[in-house]
Amino acid sequence: MNTLAPPKRDVAGKRVRALSQRRRWPLVTIFGAAVAAALVLLPLVFLVVEAQQSGWNVVSRILFRHETAMLLWNTLRLVAACTALCAVIGVAAAWCVERTAIPARRVWTVLLVLPLGVPDFVVGFGWVSLEPGLHGYLAAVMIMTLSLYPLVYLPAVAGLAGVDPALEEVARSLGLGPWRVFWKVTLRQMLPAVLGGCLLVTLGLLAEYGAFEIVQYQTFTVAIFTEFKLGFDTAAACALSLVLVLLGVVVLVGELYLVGHGRFQRSGPGARRAPARVKLGHFTLPALFALFALCCLGVGVPVASLIYWLIRGGSTTLPPASILTDTAHTALFSAAAAALATALAIPVTAAAMRHRNRLTILIERLALLPQALPGLVVALGLVSFSVRYALPFYESASELIVAYAILFLPLAVVGVRAGLANAPPRLEEVGRSLGRRPASVWLRVTLPLIAPGLWVAFCLVFISSCTELTATLLLRPTGVNTLASQFWAYTSDFSYGAAAPYAGLMVLISAVPAYLLTRRMTTLARMRRA
Amino acid sequence: MSSSSDLWVLDVWKSYHRDEPVLQGVNLSVPAGSLSAVLGLSGCGKTTLLRAIAGFEQTQRGRIALGTRTLDDGRICIPPERRGIGYVPQEGALFPNLTVHANIAFGLSRSERRTDVVGELLELVGLERLARRFPHQLSGGEQQRVALARALARRPEVILLDEPFSSLDASLRTTVREEVSSLLRRQGATTVLVTHDQEEALSLADSVAVLRDGVIVQQGTPAQLYSRPVDTRLANFLGEANLLEATFDGDRAQTVLGRLPLHPDQDRVPNLTRGLVIVRPEQLRVSPRAESAEGLPGTVEQCRYYGHDALLHIRLAERAGAVAVIARVGGEQAQPAGTEVLVAASGWVSAVSSGDLP
Repeated sequence: MNTLAPPKRDVAGKRVRALSQRRRWPLVTIFGAAVAAALVLLPLVFLVVEAQQSGWNVVSRILFRHETAMLLWNTLRLVAACTALCAVIGVAAAWCVERTAIPARRVWTVLLVLPLGVPDFVVGFGWVSLEPGLHGYLAAVMIMTLSLYPLVYLPAVAGLAGVDPALEEVARSLGLGPWRVFWKVTLRQMLPAVLGGCLLVTLGLLAEYGAFEIVQYQTFTVAIFTEFKLGFDTAAACALSLVLVLLGVVVLVGELYLVGHGRFQRSGPGARRAPARVKLGHFTLPALFALFALCCLGVGVPVASLIYWLIRGGSTTLPPASILTDTAHTALFSAAAAALATALAIPVTAAAMRHRNRLTILIERLALLPQALPGLVVALGLVSFSVRYALPFYESASELIVAYAILFLPLAVVGVRAGLANAPPRLEEVGRSLGRRPASVWLRVTLPLIAPGLWVAFCLVFISSCTELTATLLLRPTGVNTLASQFWAYTSDFSYGAAAPYAGLMVLISAVPAYLLTRRMTTLARMRRA
Repeated sequence: MSSSSDLWVLDVWKSYHRDEPVLQGVNLSVPAGSLSAVLGLSGCGKTTLLRAIAGFEQTQRGRIALGTRTLDDGRICIPPERRGIGYVPQEGALFPNLTVHANIAFGLSRSERRTDVVGELLELVGLERLARRFPHQLSGGEQQRVALARALARRPEVILLDEPFSSLDASLRTTVREEVSSLLRRQGATTVLVTHDQEEALSLADSVAVLRDGVIVQQGTPAQLYSRPVDTRLANFLGEANLLEATFDGDRAQTVLGRLPLHPDQDRVPNLTRGLVIVRPEQLRVSPRAESAEGLPGTVEQCRYYGHDALLHIRLAERAGAVAVIARVGGEQAQPAGTEVLVAASGWVSAVSSGDLP
């Protein structure tokens, strides 16, 4: 074959351009990712700085006093009870909806998720405004379980859908009864999903302030808020915050450890048969009643209470005109935070997915860390930073926006990740082999493909920011109110009628993106299938 | 294609991180206008080689050149968009957000898009009616043809095909394969096809290069490779082979099947007096013992019937050393197991190195 002579060497003077074009894009991405990681670390670093400044003597005195032990006990027994209840309720509800022939399945799938649309402190408000005697441990457990169980229910549904019915059939053919099959096969396969849900519940409980304040139950977060806002004791607040962060990290690592210790089947790309649905027979009515009760308590009571106060409040006093400016502030801050978080999530995710190495993986983990950080902790860290080094930044709108963006960066990462999964690098390569520069390929191919994911990221952050309470109370600019902060002001004065319109608006504002979100999610799923 | 150039790959090395190099000094030449196949098992480095030629991977050593233009010499690496090399990946990789028309027009300039280049290309691949469809509305074969039209749109000097037919159904594969290769020939495109399917490589390509463990073990015409493979492993990879012990005697080889002529062009005339020769099953003539007197006696032990032909496993008689051989006969000549037959060999044989037994 070698009849042709190899050509002579001809190196055109294009070395510099050729090299720089190869390396520039990854550098931009990794730099953006590093900025995101630094933002996440900022509040943590300043918590430590603050604690150190007040001296370890002071800190250890605060940490080892009797009240701290009581707070720890309060927090732990609440977390244990709520997480267990949410796990049981979430899995049972998912099984009923996904695997049984229960009537009106479609309706239940929607109703069971609704509590996610109502902020926890509004649920607390709903119950306590109707029954002022409701407080203490049991009230806290009930309210938090009713508003957090969808966090287990949703992944459990996805997990159940991911269990190959063939596995269960094989187990049956090997002589196991239906209950043992559920216990030994089905539950084991969906365990990562359920544990993931439980993790979210636990972290949610550690971060919650509003609902516990309403039912007068002292946890770490409530105590930190009180120390800082009412006692003006920054050192104590920061010291306690460090314990809270530690708890969150322990939970996060614990979940990784539990999930890492089992082997789980990964669903293949092939089409799977739909599982046979269990006929409930005599149990149909009890099951229906249980689901009905769950929905009534979880959504019915808070919404009914809200409507009651809206009507009663509306008949006596009209909502003040400032409700419009408060709404505008809420929407503005949340939209800015959503845009910022999405913009930060793009380089983080792109670096981790496209240029996978130890550094980029570490950065992605860091970006997910705020999951374990209560809003209060992030806010305290930012306060500490701005008071020391950036006073104009302190209690400015931009500080609040940055706080939201840090807090909800994990949500943005999840959304962007789903989007980037739709744009395999191979498409970009093909685009470049067709003579397009990387930037042009990115605009014409990658961006349209990841747009649904970016939109999901934006909506997730927007919804969460609209209903954020603790960081808002700490960081909002003086004289500026958002829906959440104004609602809280009225609730603290027991002016339930005046508070109700604010809660209603919050639910409305977050409902629109939530609706768009579900539509986008289905588009994303369809694109993945295509 | 306006002006095709030869594609050169000279002693190219590539490794990822600290792993063993994937490409360990690959040499490949693709003459202008020819269709060359790179054949290898999965993991042999053939996709890496293709990606290095396309410019998606930078090599560490060696040189990739198109005519007199260096594309990559281990230091300089021309980015893919300035190479003028078309790439058709596995499963097409069409842009899912663009129509068929927009996919094909993707690499064209504004002025080119105003002309009817896209229409001509659609006609070329026979998909005029589908211009407004989206990729997910096309069948696998149609997607593949759109991907090809898209790669051809910029009149690249070289077209790279990365296992383009492996995702198609067996029934569809043959037709699409024929269509694509005849289309590329009409265009006079210099083409590199990467595949793990030896039948595909042998039937489509002008020249086949076999890549194994990061080196090209042999490059030649399909016929050269099939009848004169360098070693036993390659001989078996390309199809059924009888590897017989032989004593060499000038231009002849003495085997159990008699004195057979060695191929005159054999590159490496063995200095050894003993070795292995390859006799393909098609070179054996089999006849029932009653009808003929020519050949060695043997017994059919197993008969694999494929319709158009049949493979006979024959045990030669005791005095011929009781060697087992495989013969391919026309389907109508299939013999049931137990039949007494006579076996005779015809044509050239070729010595193969046994250093690399599977």
